[in-house]
Amino acid sequence: MMEIRDVTKKYAGGTAALADLSLTVRAGEALAVLGPSGSGKSTLLNMIAGLDRPSTGSITVDGVRVDALSEAASAKYRRARIGMVFQFFNLLDDLTVFDNVLLPAQLAGMPRAKARARAAELLDYLGLRRHTHAYPGRLSGGERQRVAVARALINRPALLLADEPTGALDRASGVEVTRLLTELHEDGQTILLVTHDVALAESCASRTIELVDGAITRDVTAAAR
Amino acid sequence: MTASPGAVGTQSVPPGGRPDGTPGREPGRGPEGRSGGRPGGRRLTGPLGAVVRAGVGRHRVRTVVMTLTVLVAVTASVLAAGLLVASDAPFDRAFAGQHGAHLAGQFDGTKVTGAQLAATARLTGVTAAAGPFPTVPARPRTTTDGGTDGGNLPPDIDLPPLTVVGRADPGGPVDHVTLLTGRWATGPGQIVLDAGADGVPSLPLGAGLRFPGLAGSPTLTVVGTARSVSHTADAWVVPAQIPALTATGTTAGYQMLYRFAAAATDGQITAGRAAIASAVPPGALTGAQSYLAVRQTANANSAAFVPFVAAFGVLGLAMSALIIGIVVSGAVGAATRRIGILKSLGFTPAQVVRAYLGQALIPASVGVVLGVLGGNLLAVPVLREQADAYGSTAPSIPVWVDIAVAAAALAVVAGAALAPALRAGRLSTVEAISAGRAPRAGHGRPVARLTGRMPVPRALGIGLAHPFARPARSAVLAAAVGFGAIGVTFAVGLGISLGDIQAAGNRDAVGPVTVFTMGPPDRENAGPPGPRAGGGPPAAPAPALGAPDPTATAPDPTAVAAAITAQPGTRHFYGRTEAQVSVTGITGATTVAAYQGDSSWAAYQMISGTWFSGPGQAVVGTRFLHAAGIRVGDTVTATDQGHSVRLRIVGEALDLHNDGMTLLTDISTLTGLGLDARPDEFHVDLKPGTDLAGYIRTLDTAVAPIGASAQATTTGSSDVIATMEALIAMLTLGLSVVAALGVLNTVVLDTRERAHDLGVLKALGMTPRQTVGMVIASIAGLGAVAGLVGVPVGIALHHAVVPMMGHAVGTGIPHADIAVYHPGVVVPLALGGLVIAVAGALLPASWAARTRATVALRTE
Repeated sequence: MMEIRDVTKKYAGGTAALADLSLTVRAGEALAVLGPSGSGKSTLLNMIAGLDRPSTGSITVDGVRVDALSEAASAKYRRARIGMVFQFFNLLDDLTVFDNVLLPAQLAGMPRAKARARAAELLDYLGLRRHTHAYPGRLSGGERQRVAVARALINRPALLLADEPTGALDRASGVEVTRLLTELHEDGQTILLVTHDVALAESCASRTIELVDGAITRDVTAAAR
Repeated sequence: MTASPGAVGTQSVPPGGRPDGTPGREPGRGPEGRSGGRPGGRRLTGPLGAVVRAGVGRHRVRTVVMTLTVLVAVTASVLAAGLLVASDAPFDRAFAGQHGAHLAGQFDGTKVTGAQLAATARLTGVTAAAGPFPTVPARPRTTTDGGTDGGNLPPDIDLPPLTVVGRADPGGPVDHVTLLTGRWATGPGQIVLDAGADGVPSLPLGAGLRFPGLAGSPTLTVVGTARSVSHTADAWVVPAQIPALTATGTTAGYQMLYRFAAAATDGQITAGRAAIASAVPPGALTGAQSYLAVRQTANANSAAFVPFVAAFGVLGLAMSALIIGIVVSGAVGAATRRIGILKSLGFTPAQVVRAYLGQALIPASVGVVLGVLGGNLLAVPVLREQADAYGSTAPSIPVWVDIAVAAAALAVVAGAALAPALRAGRLSTVEAISAGRAPRAGHGRPVARLTGRMPVPRALGIGLAHPFARPARSAVLAAAVGFGAIGVTFAVGLGISLGDIQAAGNRDAVGPVTVFTMGPPDRENAGPPGPRAGGGPPAAPAPALGAPDPTATAPDPTAVAAAITAQPGTRHFYGRTEAQVSVTGITGATTVAAYQGDSSWAAYQMISGTWFSGPGQAVVGTRFLHAAGIRVGDTVTATDQGHSVRLRIVGEALDLHNDGMTLLTDISTLTGLGLDARPDEFHVDLKPGTDLAGYIRTLDTAVAPIGASAQATTTGSSDVIATMEALIAMLTLGLSVVAALGVLNTVVLDTRERAHDLGVLKALGMTPRQTVGMVIASIAGLGAVAGLVGVPVGIALHHAVVPMMGHAVGTGIPHADIAVYHPGVVVPLALGGLVIAVAGALLPASWAARTRATVALRTE
């Protein structure tokens, strides 16, 4: 489903965020990427999402060579194949919950009725129906993150990327989101989860890797734990 | 939000450091590091200076926008105010120096006596008077008598008729004529010529002028040249000479010169004239020339610039105020956190206010200096004309005008920047620091929901909702774009009007084909037009000034007309010739343009009345009406060498030739004056579909044996109008660029404020093209609305300014030249605001499209 081959990412000044990293993720797998700050977790996620490019190496997701895409093609790739969940939710404050969820479908040109039905379905599924016309500023952290998950799923992405999804949440909300991700994984959603929360990784990931200084130092499947 | 456009700079100022991170003085120490002063002090040194310099230097777009907007506004304002003040100066100085005549009255010598006229000097309101002086019109001819030839003119050339006044000396209480060369006439046989009058030939001292139409054909010798700013005469002789210059059977008239206690307006002059007219026998006052008309003629060209340049100046200043308000307000909004940091470092609210005022006033000052220079440079070619008229050096824009405009512009800038600067000064330190980035306004959510349901691409919908999130900024920006749209609408209309007026100015040569019976005139270099062969006694015709070949036999106009009539393709034609005659109430020679045949198809644009339809009628320009003090429906008398013809003025036409002083009439007028009435050119209109080249070739072959030639009609162009059009284009471009830069700056500001949202959208799959579309849409709606509002305002401005320009040059403007906004013009103009907005947003839109999502997402 996703194959990363010999990827190195160097920034100006020669610092290597990722060093000759290779990784394969199968469809339906939930991979947690652990590591301390500055280990290259977010860089890896950004490159998988097509938001950044490797200095060397290749990244293929769902048959698409992500590292070779133009800006426009990269945007279309994200629409079609990737859903993203951020630590700080990144909801647009001026849009209602419903419009936030609807946005990626609208950008992708999904038929209006179909998009609205899908958004309503997701809001129902995530228990957010009563907040449909609310603005994000009025929701709790956990609710906002669930809205972000709904937005990430609206285009039925092949890969869900989550960057510290519980990092900005209180404990109760964190548990709520962890349960949601676990359910998604159980439903067959491929997930790549970047976190430094070992408990989160153990709860909802079928496999865990640990990055240190841009290299994989540990690769453990759930069964092996 | 680390990418917030900085602050009072893009960098915060660390304690004891400079924005660039190098070690600096501690707040509270003076420029040399001495302690004891307040942080930053009052001068732009120390931390305050560093903050201001960083704000000006690092925000180039903002600085350039403020500099350019002030530059355009000040250039136009200095030019307008300078022309207003300086263009009248040479005339006014010379007029005051000569105790010029507010009114030069001309009287019928058969209806009033010298004593009656002398009594008018004591009328209420008359503060000084000179005269009565005897006066006659007389037509001279160059001569070799007296041993001196006519200078550059060959002998025996008929000259235009002169208004000759008998004055014993050039001085007196009114119209103190300045002697330029030679001396004043001291006895019969001597004449002094006015060197500044149109139509008066430039002859050397000692040259002879013969008057062949008078008894004894007297010959006078030029003994001096002089200048009367009031233009009371073409030439002066001693009073005893006048009888010899008076045609047999006619009586010399009188001239009285008056100064009034109140003479600043046309109404006051008219009142003075009425008082004089009522003090003499009815019909005795045959004409009166106001100094206001003379001044208007002298200053017409430069005065015509004032209304439209002033309009651009006002638009520019208003736009400057709005854009600078947006820019500084945006800078404050975007730098909330940095302001908090500055305050936490020890900056007082007053210092913060000064920092923001400084960031506006420094680029504005540069714009003011450049604008003052630009305005003065642009005034040079316009004002040079006045200098030539009075033989002085070119007047320049007074320094006080430069200073006043500069001060006003800086006051406007300071006023515009003050409100946001005060807001910055009042910001709470704690709130500012905790804000982290520009606070969300929270406005516009209903619109965002609405656009989310509109059947437009989502990216465009998001963009369309943006202006409602910051309604105040959007309204001000729309107003700035609106001013740009007003400027464009105004300028386009002005250009069309000037083009139409220029075309109307070529009505003396209508039709695609001209047949010359005397060879085509040298339009560029011809001297003052005079009556052509036959203007003198029929037995001994003299060539006229500008005649191509004095020895050539003139072709028979009847034969020429017959050839034109017989030529297939001829639709209609008329013959035309010109002559110089005297007209009551007008000093100097008046050009009569005489038409033979049906000229109705070639009629001038009429301001009032109708084109003439037969003998005894005439059409004149507005300036002629003013100069003669008459109205449409009144009658004037044309005279030449004892002959006279009364003409009823049936129409007021747009005519700028000969300073608008031409008398347009039927050719029978010349016959009545005993002048040669043969057309020297025919203007031909062709039937539709006629091959022009073939027509000209065939007709030229037909008329060549008669001695005539057929050519394609050529038309001249006005340098003044060309200069105006260039200036209009320049000022319009300046306003449009400034408006677009204002948009650019605002969109940059908006984009930076929304950088994080932009990153989110890109992460969700917004393509670069969709990003460009969203940014463009965020400003396009404003631009469209501003354009729709700006067009009617621009049209109203045009309709007010064009008549003012006409008034400045002494003419009315036909309605057709004002009503130029046809649907084909208005519809594109309505898109002007949209074009300005989109042009200004394109660059920041492409920047936004190129911004990497990862960078934007880090903008928290």
